[in-house]
Amino acid sequence: MLAQKFDLDAGWMLHPSVAVRPEPFGALVYHFGTRRLSFLKSRQLLEVVQALGSAPTARAACEQAGVSAAALPAVTAALASLYASDTLCPRAAAPAEVA
Amino acid sequence: MSAAVRSGAGAAPGPGPLTLVDQFALGLDAPICLTWELTYACNLACTHCLSSSGRRDPRELSTAECEAVIEELQRMQVFYVNIGGGEPTVRPDFWHLLDYATAHQVGVKFSTNGVRITPEIARRLAGSDYVDVQISLDGATAQVNDRVRGPGSYDLAVRAMGTLAEAGFTGFKVSVVVTRDNVDQLDELKAIADRFGAQLRLTRLRPSGRGADVWDELHLLADQQRQLYDWLVAHGENVLTGDSFFHLAAFGQSLPGLNLCGAGRVVCLIDPVGDVYACPFAIHDSFRAGNVGDPGGFAGVWRHSELFAELRAPQSPGACGGCHFFDSCRGGCMAAKFFTGLPLDGPDPECVRGFGESALSQVAGPKPRPSLDHSHTGRRRGVPVTLGLRPPADAPPARSCAESPLAGFVPERPA
Repeated sequence: MLAQKFDLDAGWMLHPSVAVRPEPFGALVYHFGTRRLSFLKSRQLLEVVQALGSAPTARAACEQAGVSAAALPAVTAALASLYASDTLCPRAAAPAEVA
Repeated sequence: MSAAVRSGAGAAPGPGPLTLVDQFALGLDAPICLTWELTYACNLACTHCLSSSGRRDPRELSTAECEAVIEELQRMQVFYVNIGGGEPTVRPDFWHLLDYATAHQVGVKFSTNGVRITPEIARRLAGSDYVDVQISLDGATAQVNDRVRGPGSYDLAVRAMGTLAEAGFTGFKVSVVVTRDNVDQLDELKAIADRFGAQLRLTRLRPSGRGADVWDELHLLADQQRQLYDWLVAHGENVLTGDSFFHLAAFGQSLPGLNLCGAGRVVCLIDPVGDVYACPFAIHDSFRAGNVGDPGGFAGVWRHSELFAELRAPQSPGACGGCHFFDSCRGGCMAAKFFTGLPLDGPDPECVRGFGESALSQVAGPKPRPSLDHSHTGRRRGVPVTLGLRPPADAPPARSCAESPLAGFVPERPA
């Protein structure tokens, strides 16, 4: 599946129905809406994801997590796949929280 | 609404040489999900019940004790629990506990024969993203289903499915234990699920609980295993399996799923009295890791039990070491081996390469029996007296309509 286009310079957040559980290898991610389990393969990616909600842009979240310029394309691809699976959503269009 | 392990978000610098499945095999700080059997009480008396359910156990956890477990699961960030029994909905506090779990961010998927699914309940369930329902059905016709599950159970299940569908609950699961009798009905079973906007889920018959008594008559014959494998390959991720059939991977390609025995590593079972076992199919003292009432609670059992530490250590392939297919089937199901008297480091009794049959021919002495039995006594309600299907009067076994704790994992291949 081709990843959707991911705008590094936009504001992003975790989908409100998503839970993230840190693990030694990165994190487990569970989406209560789609009932899908996925994972983050590194602690650094976890830090990026955790920073998304408060950072002005995804690029800023990457910087905050210490992502190097060389690693940025790979991290961007990972974020795009999280967006494609509805794990992330644009902050401007946040869906209402599911009860 | 299938739960799936996805290979998403993997491209960032990796943690090292271990694959995700390797990581899982070493165990996690908390289970991904677990099976929780709330009661041994059941209105039915299925002949293959994994937990030998029927009568309530007087030691079953109280409402307050269940709430405490839920709070602990929330602290451990267990995403969801697969609730079963027995028939969990006959517990008077079931709907309360369901709400309590979801209010504590613990999702619930529960298995039921449908007995308490009223239109009002169905509407309530349809309204929550955190609840999924699994209706048990073991045949596409009443004749085939009721032979295992008892008279009236087919109609009960179909009525519940209709009630859920009418309430707008889409994507609930229709859960089928594949047997010698229903393996020819897979297309029809899928059609039933499709008709109600549900998803078909197939799981493996195991010789656990009363399942041990019907195993010889109901487990798949060699050619039926191939038939099931081909059917699963053809239907891919549209049909859930709870990672039940990884022993079939030795036919060729792996089926969707982790293809990993998650017992004590990523899943476990909490039984109605709070005992923690490595998996829902292994209710035997040999696989009991502790009790949720122990001083460290459930987390203490999960993190520190010696049994779970052993399961998380690298496993010896034993007699399977020389087999080319060991990497795909990993020796099959621990519980299936145990209750058929086979060594745990040898082939699965249903090894598709035939090694199980030769190993079984060498089994001497009695097979292990489940440590508990809550079967109805006296006249067995709801089940026709069928010679050969009736467990001996002294048969004890123990576990039930549980589902695999990996239920619903339909992983895409981890990258």
